[in-house]
Amino acid sequence: MDFRDSETVLGPQSADLLPASATTAVKIVIVGGFGVGKTTLVGSVSEIRPLTTEETMTQAGAGIDDTAGVELKTATTVAMDFGRISIGDELVLYVFGTPGQERFWFLWNGLFEGALGAVVLVDTRRLEVSFDVIGRLEDRGVPFVVAANTFPESPSYPLDELRAALDLPDEVPIVQCDARTRESSRDVLMALMRHLYNLSAPPGR
Amino acid sequence: MSAADQDWDEGNPERLYVITRGRRALAERTTFDLVTLVVSRAEPTPTMQPEHAAILRICGSPLSVAEISAYLRLPMSVVTVLLADLLAEERIEARAPVPKAILPDRALLEAVMHGLQRL
Repeated sequence: MDFRDSETVLGPQSADLLPASATTAVKIVIVGGFGVGKTTLVGSVSEIRPLTTEETMTQAGAGIDDTAGVELKTATTVAMDFGRISIGDELVLYVFGTPGQERFWFLWNGLFEGALGAVVLVDTRRLEVSFDVIGRLEDRGVPFVVAANTFPESPSYPLDELRAALDLPDEVPIVQCDARTRESSRDVLMALMRHLYNLSAPPGR
Repeated sequence: MSAADQDWDEGNPERLYVITRGRRALAERTTFDLVTLVVSRAEPTPTMQPEHAAILRICGSPLSVAEISAYLRLPMSVVTVLLADLLAEERIEARAPVPKAILPDRALLEAVMHGLQRL
């Protein structure tokens, strides 16, 4: 909780300030296992250096009774990286990366409330985490797309094989990406937006 | 490897308990989303709790709750308690995110796509 690096200025640098006219913010969530490239993707599209916010988790679970002091003593901290894209003078898009493992799902309540949708970032070498995440998003009714991050050493599967391996419904888009490049990461967010747009199409069209 | 992947530390709960004077964030959770934009409406005063003053200082331009949490290095649950104090005293303005219906508004999606296109 102390200052962890040489950054001594508390608060945003002047280049990172939003215009006073910024009135509306929306968010997208990138979910994936450890080391799958969530922070890389966030950093690729963000106009600010990615930031880290923290949430505390209590062993007992919050909200049972008024034993705040006792409860806090067993608190554990989980960090989430996020970035920002100014869409115009008034609209700001935030992109949050969050770990997919079940023990971090307590973070999801505040995170997915009001979120436009999610990107499930997949490492083709380790699909296990993605199964749980996809199931959980479907349960919660969160619209999502799947993006397979390309690692130099990862085997390259055709997307339809990957779709079958993930047991992904036909209507959920799946794309390949290189989270290290801005264009490719941007295209992942675009794929999600197009999917949301199609979902919001009035019936009968 | 991202910082989020490694940060699984025991926090410093006693300090956080002092900052919020033991109060919890349950009620405030409904007021403040991670992306609620906060703008100062007052100057910090010398008698203020330092964390309250710090929020007023950095929110001269709009900042999301997540950014405030990041810059102050305080958990969201603590930041929302502090923001609720400031909001009750009308020292900040909170610009709530778009309320989501079942699916986001098409005009909003078009605006975001247009913005991404320019990246």
